[in-house]
Amino acid sequence: MRETWILAKRELRSYFDSPTAYVVMSVFLLFTGWFFTSTLFLENTASLRSLFDLVPFVFLFFVPAVTMTAFAEERRSGTLELLLTFPVRDWQVIAGKLIAVMTLLMAGLSLTFFYAITIASLGDLDAGATFGGYFGLFLLGMATASIGLFASSLTRNQIVSFIVSFGIIFVLYMVDKVGPFVPGWMAAFLEYIGTDFHYRNLLRGVIDTRDVVYYITLTIFAFVLTSYSLSRRPD
Amino acid sequence: MISVKGLTKRYGEERAVNDISFEVQKGEVLGFLGPNGAGKTTTMKVITCFLPPSEGTVYVDGMDVRTNSLAVRAKIGYLPENTPLYQEMTVFDYLLFVASMRGVEPKKRVSRIAEMADVCGLNSVISKRIEALSKGYRQRVGLAQAMIHEPSIVILDEPTTGLDPNQIVEIRELIQNIGADRTVILSTHILSEVELSCDRVLIINRGELVADGTPKDLRAGFAGDQTIRFGVKSDAAPVHDALADWKGINISETISLPEDETVFILTTKNTDDVRPDLFRLAADNGWAMSELSRVTVNLEDVFRELTRD
Repeated sequence: MRETWILAKRELRSYFDSPTAYVVMSVFLLFTGWFFTSTLFLENTASLRSLFDLVPFVFLFFVPAVTMTAFAEERRSGTLELLLTFPVRDWQVIAGKLIAVMTLLMAGLSLTFFYAITIASLGDLDAGATFGGYFGLFLLGMATASIGLFASSLTRNQIVSFIVSFGIIFVLYMVDKVGPFVPGWMAAFLEYIGTDFHYRNLLRGVIDTRDVVYYITLTIFAFVLTSYSLSRRPD
Repeated sequence: MISVKGLTKRYGEERAVNDISFEVQKGEVLGFLGPNGAGKTTTMKVITCFLPPSEGTVYVDGMDVRTNSLAVRAKIGYLPENTPLYQEMTVFDYLLFVASMRGVEPKKRVSRIAEMADVCGLNSVISKRIEALSKGYRQRVGLAQAMIHEPSIVILDEPTTGLDPNQIVEIRELIQNIGADRTVILSTHILSEVELSCDRVLIINRGELVADGTPKDLRAGFAGDQTIRFGVKSDAAPVHDALADWKGINISETISLPEDETVFILTTKNTDDVRPDLFRLAADNGWAMSELSRVTVNLEDVFRELTRD
C-alpha cells in the first residue's frame, strides 16, 4: 500500500508542477460555472440540479483528457519499464494512478461546493439530493477514470487513448437511452449497464446499494482489464 | 550470483533469445556484446524481472525470477536503454521518489541522495529539472537511481550510447567504480568499452550465445597464427628469398609502399616471438628495417567473425 501512495503522490505532483492541474480545474469551473449560473435565476429554484445534470458531460471530455497520458506516455518514454522493475506490483501502479486522477477530479469538483453554499444561503437546498449528486459524481468519476486508465494502457499514443476512453464512456452513457427502440427485457438490461441510469437514481438523494455496487463493479472491471493489459508487457 | 539456464524468450513465433545459459559470479563485471537486435536487452529484461522467461530458468542470488520476483528486484539496480526518466521532476525529487519506492529507510534517504550526488557528480544540477539536463547528466541521474538502494547487482543497458567522447570517459570511470564492489552486467556494442571495463564477455548474436570468456581468452582463442609486419627499405628480392627459405615462416602478403619500402606480412605457427630473430636477420644482412610489429587480434575481429553472416 505504501508504494501506491508514493506513486499517487508522484503523479499528482506532476499534475501540479505543470499547467495540467490548473488548466483542467479552471476550465472545468469556467464551464460548469457558466452553464450553472446562466439558467439559475430563470429557474428560480434552490437546487444544484443543473450542475449535476451538466458535470457528467464535462467528465465525458475531461476524464479521457486527464487519463490519456497516464500509461500511454510512460510506455512511450520507457519510464513504465523502469517502474515495473521496482519491487512493486502491477496493481499498485494502477491504483496509484487512479488515486491521483480521482484526487484531481475531486479537487476540481470540490470547488463547486461554493455553489452549494451560495444556494443554501439563498434558499432551501435539499441536502439529500445534493449529497446524492456529489456522491454520484464521485462514483461516476471513479468508474470513468478507471476506464480512462484502461484505454491509456492499450497504447503509446495519447490521441488513441483519448478517443478509446471517450468512446467507451460515451457508449456506456448512451446505452440506456435506446430503451424505447428495443424489446422490454433488453431495455431493462441496457438500463442496468448504463452509467446515466444509476447516476439519475443517486441524484434523487436515495442511496440504493445497487447503484453503488454498479459503479464499484465497473471500476474494478476496468482495473482488472488494465492489469491484464499491463501483464502482457507491450514494448 | 546469477545463474541462467536454457533461457528462451519468444515474442509470438520469433525467438528473441534462444536457449542461452551462463553464470555471473559475485563481483564480476560482465559485458554483453552483440549487434543490435541480438537479444542483449531482452536477456536483461528477463533478469530484472520485467519479462518472464518463455522457457528456462534464471536464478538471482538463489531466487527464481518467476516465483520470487519482488525479492529479486530489490537486489537489482537497473538502467534501461535510453535512460527513461520523468522529465518534469527535479533531480532531487526524482532520486527521492526512487529511494522511497525502493524501500530506502526514510531517515537515510536524503543522505543516500547526497552520496549518489557526490559519486555521480550531480551536485551542480541537483535542483534542476531533468528535462533541462544534457544527455551526459541524464545518464548520471540514471546511474544514481540504479544504485541508490545499494543493490548488489547493477544492470546497465548501453550506458554510453549517445554520449560524446568526454562524457563516455566519465561514465566509464563511474562504472568502473561501481564495478569495484558490485556485480555489474553491462551491454554495449562499443568494443573498447568491453576491453577496458569488463572481466568477462558474452557475445550474443541472433538470440544465441556465441562466445563466453575473458577478453584475453577470446582474443587468444582467435589468434591462431602469430602475425608479424616486417618492413624493409631496401631491395625486396633478397629479403623475399631469405624469408621464403626460413622454415616455419610463411609470407602471406607483400605490400609495396612509396619510398622504396616493402612490407611483408608474415605468419608462423611458432608461439615464440620471432621478432628478435627477424631483427637479427635484418642486421646480419644489412637490410634497412622500417617496421617490425606483431599484429594482435583484437576483439573487433573476434566480434565480426562471430557475428558476421
